[in-house]
Amino acid sequence: MRVTRPDTAIARTSAPTAQVDAAPVVRMTGGTAELGGRPVLRGVDLKVFPGEVVALLGANGSGKSTAVRTLVGLVPLTGGRIELFGTPHGRFKDWARIGYVPQRTTAAAGVPASVREVVASGRLDRRRMFRLGRADRTAVDEALAAVGMLDRAGDGIAHLSGGQQQRVLIARALARRPDLLIMDEPMAGVDLASQEVLAETLRRQKQEGRAVLLVLHELGPLEPLIDRAVVLRDGCVCHDGVPPEALGQHALPGHDHVHPHADDHAHATPGLLT
Amino acid sequence: MSLLQYDFMQRALLAALLVGMTAPAVGVYLVQRRQAFMGDGIGHIALTGVGLGLLLDRSPVLLAVLTAAAGAVVIELVREHSKVSGDLALSVMFYGGIAGGVMLASQSEGNSNLDAYLFGQLTSVAPEDIQVIVILAIAVLAVTIGLRRPLFTVCQDEEFARVTGLPVRALNLLIAVTAAVTVTVAMRVVGLLLVSALMVVPVAIAQQLTRTFAVTMATAIAVGVAVSVSGTTLTYYVDAPPGATIVLIAIALFVLVGLLTAPLNLRRAARRAAAVSSAEVDVDVAATVGAQRRDASTGSSGTMSGTSPAPTAVEEEPR
Ligand SMILES: Nc1ncnc2c1ncn2[C@@H]1O[C@H](COP(=O)(O)OP(=O)(O)OP(=O)(O)O)[C@@H](O)[C@H]1O
Ligand SMILES: [Mg+2]
Repeated sequence: MRVTRPDTAIARTSAPTAQVDAAPVVRMTGGTAELGGRPVLRGVDLKVFPGEVVALLGANGSGKSTAVRTLVGLVPLTGGRIELFGTPHGRFKDWARIGYVPQRTTAAAGVPASVREVVASGRLDRRRMFRLGRADRTAVDEALAAVGMLDRAGDGIAHLSGGQQQRVLIARALARRPDLLIMDEPMAGVDLASQEVLAETLRRQKQEGRAVLLVLHELGPLEPLIDRAVVLRDGCVCHDGVPPEALGQHALPGHDHVHPHADDHAHATPGLLT
Repeated sequence: MSLLQYDFMQRALLAALLVGMTAPAVGVYLVQRRQAFMGDGIGHIALTGVGLGLLLDRSPVLLAVLTAAAGAVVIELVREHSKVSGDLALSVMFYGGIAGGVMLASQSEGNSNLDAYLFGQLTSVAPEDIQVIVILAIAVLAVTIGLRRPLFTVCQDEEFARVTGLPVRALNLLIAVTAAVTVTVAMRVVGLLLVSALMVVPVAIAQQLTRTFAVTMATAIAVGVAVSVSGTTLTYYVDAPPGATIVLIAIALFVLVGLLTAPLNLRRAARRAAAVSSAEVDVDVAATVGAQRRDASTGSSGTMSGTSPAPTAVEEEPR
């Protein structure tokens, strides 16, 4: 099945968006996965194109986190396949191009660490394990500034609030200057100011033609930035197209959408997430 | 200084210096992963190697290094594969290590006894021992300081480290083997039963005073050197076992620093609480309580692993 990007995505955003034929950054086809012997993903198709912001939606336990965790290699696929930047997952080595923000964990470990140290750890990869040079420091500073935490760079991570720790984890991923940014519920328990910070980050990421895959519960203030929404239910994709109207508060009145693919599912969308 | 005119004392002080540096240098990563008990476990397993050496009449130290390294690798693999039940499996291994060591030693002929290995025998460190200790200490410091960035990343958040493409398993095994080498090196100074204290207590002292990992590590090494050298020096004047002396000095320092910094931290917390909104205060208080609980668990890590927190690098994500 070929999932075409809905034309509306282009109409909805002014930023340069990817051409429909551009090679996808992420392509999962028929992905299945199990956790503790239970099937959690049951044939998921998912594509993300360069410069595209895709929201992955669904109820608690529908498999959103598991889906993104298979993409970054933390959960093995039991069936189907994944390509990242056109390379089969097993042979993909260029992890420097991917930034990952896990679903809310504490950023603190058993020993104190400063905000800067944690963000700088995002610069490492297989080829850059030892010295961090001036370019690395600039990237760390930029990432910290992007989430508004530059003035807290020297503070201990354990002394930050939950929302601030979340921002640090986002900065850690941004410090890689990733071509694909994967965030698992970056909005959970985050105040309005932080949501604005996040929206700005997404806008910039998109302007630079980089892709974003976001796990979300509700679109909220990010709604205008989302090009496409993929909704999971019980480990299956039940919607792939414009964000379901039940979710966006300003459900785009006046826009006449033509999205052939999403149309089949449009009637199923209200109440999808309940 | 008069005590330096004796060769045995020079060697003892050099050994104490090196162990005081290496033990916290490795220990800081174990504490960072909330695996403060690992040093204990490896020490228990090393005892089987000592017993084997006594039985076969081979170098107990060499066999202890090999056994401890093999044990550490197995521990690491158990940890990797079973996040939940690993705790029990490891406890069983640790008990087996002690029982095996005692059993093997009892079967050996001669008047071999385990006391020297259990509690240290610093003043009998021979010149050739010193050579081995120097070489191993250099190797341990090269790994723990040279690879501090990737090791920090892996111990801070193992899952994230995996996504960055770092060779996480290799780094984990490296920590395990380095810890095993350190344990057997430190065995001569403080003994297998107290090795873990020298890996953990200096870190516990340091982290009451610091906010960054780099400073914590440097402070822990400085504290480790200070307590092990001063403890060794003290035993020259006072007839006391060096291992126990060193560890008691370290623990006294831990309590002292705790008492001195507690009012400071309270005041800082109060100032912060006054400054931020009430919503943030809740989170802060929760974080402080968590930090205190962590302190308590590192402080009591001389116990067996059965009572230690489950070995997880980061807290389980909420589902
Ligand atoms: N470690 C595990 N062992 C067994 N089953 C698990 C495990 N982790 C998650 N599951 C199950 O897998 C399913 C999908 O979990 P997942 O974390 O992907 O959901 P999610 O969509 O991210 O939910 P949430 O919105 O709560 O984050 C759930 O039904 C959950 O019960
Ligand atoms: Mg989730």
